[in-house]
Amino acid sequence: MTGSAKMGLGKRGSKTLGLALLVVLLTPLSQAMESEWPMTPMNPDLQNLPSLQNGWRLFTNYCLGCHSLKYQRYERTADDLGVPHDIVLEQLLFSGQKIGEQMTTAMDPEMAKNWFGAPPPDLTMVARLRGVDWLYNYLRTFYLDESRPFGVNNKVFPNVGMPNVLQELQGTQTTGCASAAEENCGELVLLEGSGQYTSEEFDQAVYDIVNFLYYTGEPSRLERHRTGVFVLLFLVILFVFTFLLGREYQKDVKH
Amino acid sequence: MAEDAQAQKGKLAKGWLNFIDWVDERFPLTETFEFHMSKYYAPKNFNFWYLFGVLSMVVLVIQLLTGIWLTMSYSPSDAFASVEYIMRDVEYGWLLRYLHSTGASAFFVVVYLHMFRGLMYGSYRKPRELLWLVGMAIFAVLIIEGFAGYLLPWGNMSYWAGQVIVSLVGAIPFIGPDLMEWVRGDFLMSDITLNRFFALHVIALPLVLVMLVFVHIVALHHVGSSNPDGIEIKKHKDANGIPLDGIPFHPYYTIGHDVPAIVIFLFVFCVVVFYAPEMGGYFIEKPNFEVANPLKTPEHIAPVWYYTPFYAMLRAATYPLFGVPAKFWGFVVMAGAIVMPAALPWLDRSPVKSMRYKGLLSKITLALFIVTFVILGYLGTIAPSPVSTLAAQIGTAIYFGYFVLMPWYTRIEKTKPVPDRVTMP
Repeated sequence: MTGSAKMGLGKRGSKTLGLALLVVLLTPLSQAMESEWPMTPMNPDLQNLPSLQNGWRLFTNYCLGCHSLKYQRYERTADDLGVPHDIVLEQLLFSGQKIGEQMTTAMDPEMAKNWFGAPPPDLTMVARLRGVDWLYNYLRTFYLDESRPFGVNNKVFPNVGMPNVLQELQGTQTTGCASAAEENCGELVLLEGSGQYTSEEFDQAVYDIVNFLYYTGEPSRLERHRTGVFVLLFLVILFVFTFLLGREYQKDVKH
Repeated sequence: MAEDAQAQKGKLAKGWLNFIDWVDERFPLTETFEFHMSKYYAPKNFNFWYLFGVLSMVVLVIQLLTGIWLTMSYSPSDAFASVEYIMRDVEYGWLLRYLHSTGASAFFVVVYLHMFRGLMYGSYRKPRELLWLVGMAIFAVLIIEGFAGYLLPWGNMSYWAGQVIVSLVGAIPFIGPDLMEWVRGDFLMSDITLNRFFALHVIALPLVLVMLVFVHIVALHHVGSSNPDGIEIKKHKDANGIPLDGIPFHPYYTIGHDVPAIVIFLFVFCVVVFYAPEMGGYFIEKPNFEVANPLKTPEHIAPVWYYTPFYAMLRAATYPLFGVPAKFWGFVVMAGAIVMPAALPWLDRSPVKSMRYKGLLSKITLALFIVTFVILGYLGTIAPSPVSTLAAQIGTAIYFGYFVLMPWYTRIEKTKPVPDRVTMP
């Protein structure tokens, strides 16, 4: 009888168990807030500083009026994104705050509740809450809908309470049902020339905003990835020595 | 020159020994070290499965150290913001927090594997009944400790998972509603609830946990370690009273096996900490990136993965009995499922301890039990449907059946002869 046969179920059973556990652990949780809309995937890139800087600029111009980033500080953001402090003070900080302060919004939450039905949420960690794909598709799928208070609706977040703040950049989108071509009904149709940006430029702008929000969700992410390499390398080297030392002791044990 | 150095060294060594003598006259230092380490004889045939006790201690130390440093920056009166303050403004705060959150999951990974080892090799059998019971107490306290800690980030899932579990108390007949108010300290989950869970999580429960771990080890070193053959090495001793199949725990297990194994464990642990701290939403759940909101229920409330087998059993109870709501019976089933393994020393009637020598029936039931536990764990993560509820009910029956039927199936099966001395892998 071999050693492994003596283990009987022990060894084989344990392998099956390990495999089952692995499968369960690696299956991502079914995403909440799923919509019918076929999501275009978005791959954030924290090394792309121009994209992050543009995202910060666009966020300040179009979002910060209502949505705070109240856990994220101007100074940290400037340093991480490579923006000189004087440029931040001049072009991104309007409220008279100091550079070490957090990115709050001037909007009164009580008033905001009256205007929108709910105060606009803080967006520091929205990319971790909803995911970058969700954000990227949400910001690109507003369309005209006269039945809604702000005249627009959204494919990813139906009946959302937010107006389409990026409309001047994107232009006007409809669901295509207005035209006679019935087969287009339900698909988003952009009114050519109605926005400041071309469709490609707009997608890039939304990409930059989402990339920026991916950064604010966890500003230490790059540092985490960098530090991890050194820690794991150290552990590999430590293993070699501890293993060799351990083997010397194991030689003493008589079988 | 060389002789001078030699003499110097000799003096130093002598001074050290004199110091140890001085201490030994006043405190049993050498004696304690020998009893628990260098003259504690552990069976020489330990395998992979015997590593998880030591790894549990490693994780306990990780949790205690990171926990102390997190407490320095965490503030229960501004909980959610203070966690983000730790993640952003505290030097290496993100590392402390991820070590702690990953450590919570790692704790249950190693403890579940440690308990599985006990099931497989009959580690709970005589004379280790008390050792097993202390271990079960550790498991129960760990569950409460993890639950209390889960509330502290004060994310929306923290809030609602806490709400669901605390409301179970309210389902107890007659005294339930008052008792629930007493547990929460308020009419709803509030800062008061959070503050008391904080006190429990950082002081009361860790204190109990460390004391129980100490008792666990004292009990273990009194009766001696079991082994994969499930035989007692103390039966065969040499002229000096040392077990023939035993080797000194230190250094042969500590440096010989445990240290390299700990390094491998830390490698896997750090891969998660540095590259997947959320673990796809299993270690840190997405709704917890939003502050607790009593007016906004998450679409699907699920506990962290390590509670999901028990949560599935809780939800499997759907019938109100004796005029008491089903929720209460769910609570009873869940608590029963957690406590049930404590009865193992008296349920297992097999003449042999280890699965190596038990019959086919024991092997099948153990495999079925493990598979059921994993499936229940999966069912606990998904939103309930009629099919999943039925599956959870069948799973619950199998879970309890494994224990309740054990006196019967361990007695009728044919076992293999047990060797006199341990067999080396």
